Amino acid sequence: MKNCEYQQIDPRALSVSPMSAQNRAEMKAQRSRRKWEVFPGKNRFFCDGRIIVARQSGVLPLTLGLIVVTCGLFFAFDCPFLVEHLTVFIPVIGGVLFLFAVISLLRTSFTDPGILPRATPEEAADIEKQIDTSGSSTYRPPPRTKEILINQQVVKLKYCFTCKMFRPPRTSHCSLCDNCVERFDHHCPWVGNCVGKRNYRFFYSFIISLSFLTSFIFGCVVTHITLRSQEGKSLIQAIQESPASVVELVICFFSIWSILGLSGFHTYLVASNLTTNEDIKGSWSSKRCTEESGNPYSYNNIITNCCVTLCGPMPPSLIDRRGFVPLVEASPAASATEIELPPFLAKNDSNMCTRSTKDVLARMVHAFDSRGLCPPGTPKTTPVGVEVSSSPSAGCPLFSRSSRKRDSLHSSNPAFRLASPSPSLSRNTMILGEGPDVGFIPIP
Amino acid sequence: MAETHSLQDLRQPAVSSKVFVQRDYGSGTISKFQTKFPSELESRLDKQQFDETIQTLNNLYAEAEKLGGKSYLEGCLACLTAYTIFLCMETHYEKVLKKISRYIKDQNEKIYAPRGLLLTDPIERGLRVVEITIYEDRSIGSGR
Repeated sequence: MKNCEYQQIDPRALSVSPMSAQNRAEMKAQRSRRKWEVFPGKNRFFCDGRIIVARQSGVLPLTLGLIVVTCGLFFAFDCPFLVEHLTVFIPVIGGVLFLFAVISLLRTSFTDPGILPRATPEEAADIEKQIDTSGSSTYRPPPRTKEILINQQVVKLKYCFTCKMFRPPRTSHCSLCDNCVERFDHHCPWVGNCVGKRNYRFFYSFIISLSFLTSFIFGCVVTHITLRSQEGKSLIQAIQESPASVVELVICFFSIWSILGLSGFHTYLVASNLTTNEDIKGSWSSKRCTEESGNPYSYNNIITNCCVTLCGPMPPSLIDRRGFVPLVEASPAASATEIELPPFLAKNDSNMCTRSTKDVLARMVHAFDSRGLCPPGTPKTTPVGVEVSSSPSAGCPLFSRSSRKRDSLHSSNPAFRLASPSPSLSRNTMILGEGPDVGFIPIP
Repeated sequence: MAETHSLQDLRQPAVSSKVFVQRDYGSGTISKFQTKFPSELESRLDKQQFDETIQTLNNLYAEAEKLGGKSYLEGCLACLTAYTIFLCMETHYEKVLKKISRYIKDQNEKIYAPRGLLLTDPIERGLRVVEITIYEDRSIGSGR
């Protein structure tokens, strides 16, 4: 194996050079932004990225309003009577169920359902390169599906043109939120968010607790009216004394059918490890598949399926809403690496031997962005020098859609930034080696 | 290598290319990466070292997503507290993710950086790929 010679670069020498001082000034002038501010999907963020909702909140206010109003009426008008005549535990149970339902609802609405971040330009180009093996330089759309084997069953992966990647199994693209969501169940307008891998358990506990809550309130209200009319009054008189109960009865009556039905349906889905999406499409129904039918993700055991779906490990959010967007000159790696850089630069040369590699890498990725032009997938016939001065989308037809979304060349979206060279950086005299070994030659 | 370099000689290495190690969905939706050795790395890295890195990563992700008594207990406890416990407690998965990023940093320092390569933590790419950046070979004269 050839031993690569890596020239050790003294970062102090680099730091005093005029062009990097200019870069640093520019860097400080730009306010560092969080990733949620440049998120490409149709979502809204609150509390500095801590809370995520779909752009169309649907009828979430209505859902919340109905629950709060019904429970409010219950506690105000029915509970005093029932506490007097029955037991004090009635409002206690009602309160617990109400809290559980509301907290689950808010968790479902405000949690990232399992959004997959879009592919970086290099990844997208790599995928295209793998498909386009003929070596033709003309742009062709990649094929739409890829077949893989999961547990000895053939599964087709579809290519997502918005996110520029082959969707993992069980992932679907939500058109309302414009995101690919893992283990996509459905987009729920009542909750105002997609239901996917990360918030399915919250959604399930919401509908179960809501079923119990509506049944409980319904039962209590019926008991209340029955008890009132038993005290020598007629039913009409009892209703006139407590009109709020009628409102509650009507709301509960109409919601019980749908909520109980939905709970039953989702219990079936949980037990068979299916998603609503798969069930509706009939992906694993025995009618569709000829020989080997069946869900490849199921553990063929109801209890295991339930445990996995509801009590399994909580996957992390992949979109890193509160992370900082790397600045134009800064490293495309994690912001954690960025934070580590200043201390390394400040170290004296006693640790040069061990630190220099890291500094070299840090400097490399600093410089990477100035050279991060069109990824390797672009036409090889164009002369290298032309690429630098050309517009961002020339030679990168893949990214024309993204470039449309970003007006400025100084795009801080890490996914698309690398396709747009910064003109100020290309003007810097990059001291590069002689001809053939360099990838890009800036025009001075 | 005790030469002094003038500013003219100091060069910033450029990115030559990037290699993407894709996910392996053969066992379902668990996080697992393919162990196929990319041809672009043949001149830089031993197949065995690459295998070891990917296998360790796969094992760490398997540990994070392991279904067992402990994860079920965590799930049930969370359910009983209406999932508010996630607001104050770090999940098992998050703890293993920290372990993974430490491992990748360690691998970069020891094995990949000396060879002009850089591993990117898959979590920064949405657990879709392991991105390996290949930097230009700065040995005398030749380049990629």
